Amino acid sequence: MTCDAKNSNKHTPQIYLDYQASTPCDPRVLEKMTPYFTLNFGNPHSRTHAHGWAAEEATEQAREQVAQIIRADPREIIFTSGATEANNLALKGLAHFYGDQKKHIITCATEHKCVLDTCRHLEQEGFDVTYLPVQTNGLIDLEALRSALRPDTLVVSIMAVNNEIGVIQPLAEIGKICRQNNTFFHTDAAQAVGKISLDVEAMNIDLMSISAHKLYGPMGIGALYVRRRPRIRLQALINGGGQERGMRSGTLPTPLCVGFGEACAIAQAEMEQDNIRLAKLAKRFHDKINQSLADVFLNGDPVHRIPGNLNLSFAYVEGESLVMGIKNLSVSSGSACTSASLEPSYVLRAIGVGEDLAHTSLRFGFGRFTTEEEVDTAVDCLVTSVLKLREMSPLWEMAQEGIDISKIQWAAH
Amino acid sequence: MIQRLYLDHNATTPLLPAVKEAMIAAMDLHGNPSSIHKEGRKIRQMIEESREKVAVFFGVKSARVIFTSGATESNNHVLRGFCGPVIIGATEHDSVRQPRPDAKICSVTQQGVLDLDHLEELLKESSEPTLVSVMIANNQTGVIQPIAEILKITHSHGGVFHSDCVQGIGKLTLDWSSLKPNYLSFSGHKIGAPQGVGALIIDETRPISPLIRGGGQERSWRSGTENFLGIVGLGIAIEAAQKQDWTKVKALKDTLESTLLNRYPEIEIFGQKSQRLPNTISLRMPGVKNDLQVMLFDLKGISVSAEAACSSGKVKSSHVLKAMGIPETSRNENIRVSLGLETTQQDIEQFIATWEDIYSSSITHTAKAS
Repeated sequence: MTCDAKNSNKHTPQIYLDYQASTPCDPRVLEKMTPYFTLNFGNPHSRTHAHGWAAEEATEQAREQVAQIIRADPREIIFTSGATEANNLALKGLAHFYGDQKKHIITCATEHKCVLDTCRHLEQEGFDVTYLPVQTNGLIDLEALRSALRPDTLVVSIMAVNNEIGVIQPLAEIGKICRQNNTFFHTDAAQAVGKISLDVEAMNIDLMSISAHKLYGPMGIGALYVRRRPRIRLQALINGGGQERGMRSGTLPTPLCVGFGEACAIAQAEMEQDNIRLAKLAKRFHDKINQSLADVFLNGDPVHRIPGNLNLSFAYVEGESLVMGIKNLSVSSGSACTSASLEPSYVLRAIGVGEDLAHTSLRFGFGRFTTEEEVDTAVDCLVTSVLKLREMSPLWEMAQEGIDISKIQWAAH
Repeated sequence: MIQRLYLDHNATTPLLPAVKEAMIAAMDLHGNPSSIHKEGRKIRQMIEESREKVAVFFGVKSARVIFTSGATESNNHVLRGFCGPVIIGATEHDSVRQPRPDAKICSVTQQGVLDLDHLEELLKESSEPTLVSVMIANNQTGVIQPIAEILKITHSHGGVFHSDCVQGIGKLTLDWSSLKPNYLSFSGHKIGAPQGVGALIIDETRPISPLIRGGGQERSWRSGTENFLGIVGLGIAIEAAQKQDWTKVKALKDTLESTLLNRYPEIEIFGQKSQRLPNTISLRMPGVKNDLQVMLFDLKGISVSAEAACSSGKVKSSHVLKAMGIPETSRNENIRVSLGLETTQQDIEQFIATWEDIYSSSITHTAKAS
């Protein structure tokens, strides 16, 4: 497989390097799910007949598998339609239950949009929200967290792994600080489950959002972990039949639950090997890029990160042109939700990446099905494209002549 | 082992073969529908095709179709998202009843039909634009509501109308484009699509606030990565619903009812005199508690239910029948039998024979005991 820029659209197979947006469903997961679409259909809440029981047994086994990967009790797992709903449920649910006692929420500037948007909405309802800045490596400053805490801080919501730059926040330390302050700790772990080991007990995590389609499970299913001891109460977002112990009504999608459970079981068993392989692939990719190209910058902490993510800025090329030039690579310039807009990423802005560099940044996501060959082809494509674009770039030329571009006074026409 | 007979289609339906086929084909695709690369665009395109199919079914612009995780979410979205007073029917599903404890309840007749005079009264009392939420057809009794009249009354009082129409899709032919409801909810798994997906028809001129916020999917009405497989299945199922013929099912239902009524005049069918769905029977077996009935039916290989399938493991007395003024003893002797398109004459015969078996042995048993 080689990269031919001219024919890149016609014959070269598409290479998927967007594992943070979504992961392909593992064939083993699909295999487990499929019978529940057809043979074993039934409403898991129909308690009066065998069709219903079989479905219920399957959802309960899945609940156990989900619980295991984060070392929780199955009774602490609430199935939702995904991490977005779980994040909404966690924050609004706590706010509406405890809001008359505690009115302060702490989160951070690089959270996923659904956390930020929910927080903004809660601000309109009269809650006070602190948006912690992050350091240039993308991690929060624990001292800043400590000083932001107040007696009326209800919850600290900090994501486990960032979706754009892949950095891992110090969860155990955050959990400890929150516990000391008698504040709940919620973490959006959509990008973390199955990639780093998580232990809700050891890390003092009180609520955790999980998404199946980020760990080789199906779309449309996720979960919220809600601690039972000491018991945490939530006001439901969706009421009705009272499923999921009243915290989330609606018929459980049995096949999706089964797929989610299986995905967790596989991830738990294979995480270690997967991570070794991914780290190798990412290193190979990064080393090769660095060997062929100058002025490429890694965004986010180089050590505290998941192995399957590299967010790189290619100085002196225009991001859009670069994306056009590597059409056979499925990559994104930021999170999927916002990638349709050409706004530079707010995550990169928060870690201090200048606007010009932010515009040249791409997120590479490697995963379970990425091969060494794909990595090599992707590097070839990228290097060819970047070199070509730089050749045409007056900025690159000036930089080569030693001109500091940031000091140029541009004349208006 | 005997082949099990499934007569609980109002709880959930088996996947339609065409839905299964389309979903299996779609399983080969992956990617996030919001991504701009090739994989993402392909998935986006398939989601939009499904949206178009739903739009065609309801005769609305596709921009009015929002995909959700199911009817429970859709109902919560409308009821919670609507700013203003709410009136709901007395026999609504819990997902309409629970989100707004402040809702005024419009009564129904003994036959389960909404009391239109009461609705008018309640609307007159209300000084602000009011949301009226009434289901198309009841999940427990199959009673069909006079939607056209309800809509007319609601709109003439400046109200907005929402309907949980999940049980009516395919089974009823309604001219949605002339009815012009403001919001509609339904879920996939009641029409041969999978669980975990549903839709909400919104009214852009009467906005409601979002229930789930975030990445701004579904044009910010509903955030969260779309349930791609489910949405593909939903599109196929709603397309199929347009062409379904339920006359055979209705004939089977009528046979079942008339056979039992002829042989056992003491039994009751709730909502019998109303317009009902072609597949639903709310059936009372005098003197036999419904939890015992469903257990015995299950042991004999037939799946029926005592009430809506929801969270409670226990069989509790139905609020639907209570609202129709049915006494508690009768309510507790009632089961729901709901047929599907694949139900056969033989199935009905098997059901009748089993029903008679249970009835006669229970009655003899009771007689001996007393």
